Amino acid sequence: MLKLLEGPQTLGRGKVFWSSFLVVLAGALTYPLFADSYDVGNFAYFLIWIFMALGLCLMWGYGGMLSFGQTLFFGIAGYGYGVLAINMGGGTATIVALMLSVVLAMVAAGILGYFMIWGGISGIFFGIVTLSATLVLAFFLGQTAGPEWHIGSARLNGFNGMKGMDPLTVGDFFIEGSTLYYVMIALIVIVYLALRMLVNSGIGNVIVATRENPQRAEMLGYDVRKYQLLTFVIGSGLAGLSGALYTSWGQFITPSSIGLPAAAMPIIWVAFSGRSDLTATLVGSFLLLFGFQTITVYSQQAALVLMGALLLATVMLAPQGFVLGIGKFAADWWSGHRRREESPVMAEAGRLQSEET
Amino acid sequence: MALVEVKGVSKHFGGLTAVSKVDLAVNAGEVHCLIGPNGAGKSTLFKLIVGLYPPSQGSILFDTVDITAERPYARVQRGMSIKMQAPSVFKELPVRQNIRIALQERLSGAERIAEEDRLLTLLNLGPDSEKLAGALSHGQQQWLEIGMALALKPQLLLLDEPTAGMSPDETFKTGELIKSFNAEGMTVLVVEHDMAFVRQVAQRVTVLHLGKIFARGDLKGILQDEKVAQIYLGKTHAH
Repeated sequence: MLKLLEGPQTLGRGKVFWSSFLVVLAGALTYPLFADSYDVGNFAYFLIWIFMALGLCLMWGYGGMLSFGQTLFFGIAGYGYGVLAINMGGGTATIVALMLSVVLAMVAAGILGYFMIWGGISGIFFGIVTLSATLVLAFFLGQTAGPEWHIGSARLNGFNGMKGMDPLTVGDFFIEGSTLYYVMIALIVIVYLALRMLVNSGIGNVIVATRENPQRAEMLGYDVRKYQLLTFVIGSGLAGLSGALYTSWGQFITPSSIGLPAAAMPIIWVAFSGRSDLTATLVGSFLLLFGFQTITVYSQQAALVLMGALLLATVMLAPQGFVLGIGKFAADWWSGHRRREESPVMAEAGRLQSEET
Repeated sequence: MALVEVKGVSKHFGGLTAVSKVDLAVNAGEVHCLIGPNGAGKSTLFKLIVGLYPPSQGSILFDTVDITAERPYARVQRGMSIKMQAPSVFKELPVRQNIRIALQERLSGAERIAEEDRLLTLLNLGPDSEKLAGALSHGQQQWLEIGMALALKPQLLLLDEPTAGMSPDETFKTGELIKSFNAEGMTVLVVEHDMAFVRQVAQRVTVLHLGKIFARGDLKGILQDEKVAQIYLGKTHAH
């Protein structure tokens, strides 16, 4: 199984890559020891969105399905967590609420995905339909301000958003601050490694084959629709995980976290990073989220304009993604450097061998 | 015994009838060639058998089971395997991975790797196994696609113009390859223009013309048929 951590669908292999991975992980684990709690909380917030980016990377980069609707599932799980946590009474039940809300997002993705994929919707139309569904949910939630809009004791509250749910809790212990940060790190490591194994497995082979040439994949005996649906459900479930964690983190959620500007963000993160690789998406999304948050402190409009400019620059200059491009360049430079270093040694070894014979 | 039976199949595209009430039986264990001039409906009939087009009327049986309503993947799972007219490989994936995707449902572990190596060697693609499939020459992509079709170890191998773009030497080798698989019991249906290739491999031949069956029989009889020579090669003999 562990062999699947490396394979043709993922960049990064060998001792150098995994040593770097461990160094970064060690840095992430020790970060709360020397950073103040505000910064740690902010980092936990950035990390919440990484799941949605990885999910879109799987769907778009590996599966060839550009979903503009990641925030639809983010919103379903985010509101789902709120409704469940409020109605189940908080406490350890919030963990169950988190899991059920992710399942809810996956079921919604299964239903929407079934009709789209079995209906033959693909390419740009896939993006249009998912965006439409996202906007429908955002507009619907925006008009739920009246007291009649409630599920159990959870008020939806229109544009003001839902609030009053507990954060993730175990017994009497709230998972916040540094604890939440460590939970995020653990979840990201698990999801990242699991996705690497998925895309390098036989299922991953069929997912990329379907992206490359769905007719040929079907002609090899694969019902490509099932693989596309699986990809869509997993990717949407990850968006849902981001949504539920977001609601738990801030103890609120509003329709603006689902609407058009929010829906465009995951596409920018993944496009800029390099949609065809999980590692590039992980690194690039984190950098963009960090940069976006830093600029937002001074001007939210400037941050949004910068995101738009980055998307434009990516499309015009590096359609495969900036982070992925830089990563490939660095890998090529490193292997070239190694070859140059080894070639005199190899030449000397060859010379000695020929002298011996 | 017929492995594939096409019964009264027609295909209309708007006002155009590409295939009209065609009956065709491909017997188990034979190499059957489907020939005819351009526009005769060969590729359309091929796509009807494969399931890429639904027929306007008629039915298609595989191993006595009616598969008319089945999708292509279900037909492949029954034992069909297809090589399309234009090279249809996964161009952005390495050559070996193309073969692996075709093999992985049938074999795993060391067995799969050994079979990958065997097929790559058989197809002269061993040295290029780590190249992207899109970087191969046209002829090599044709071979790779034949390899992917063979990897499924099908009962029926369907080849749509397998030698298009190949040199005479490559064409001859492809013919010998097909004959060797047929000798092991594989049934082969080939759509082909190249009469030298047809002469090399065919045991039975069906001639399509204007969407209808024009003639059928053994190779010798078809080659001596004056009418076939007229519609297929003008007024020149086919040999």
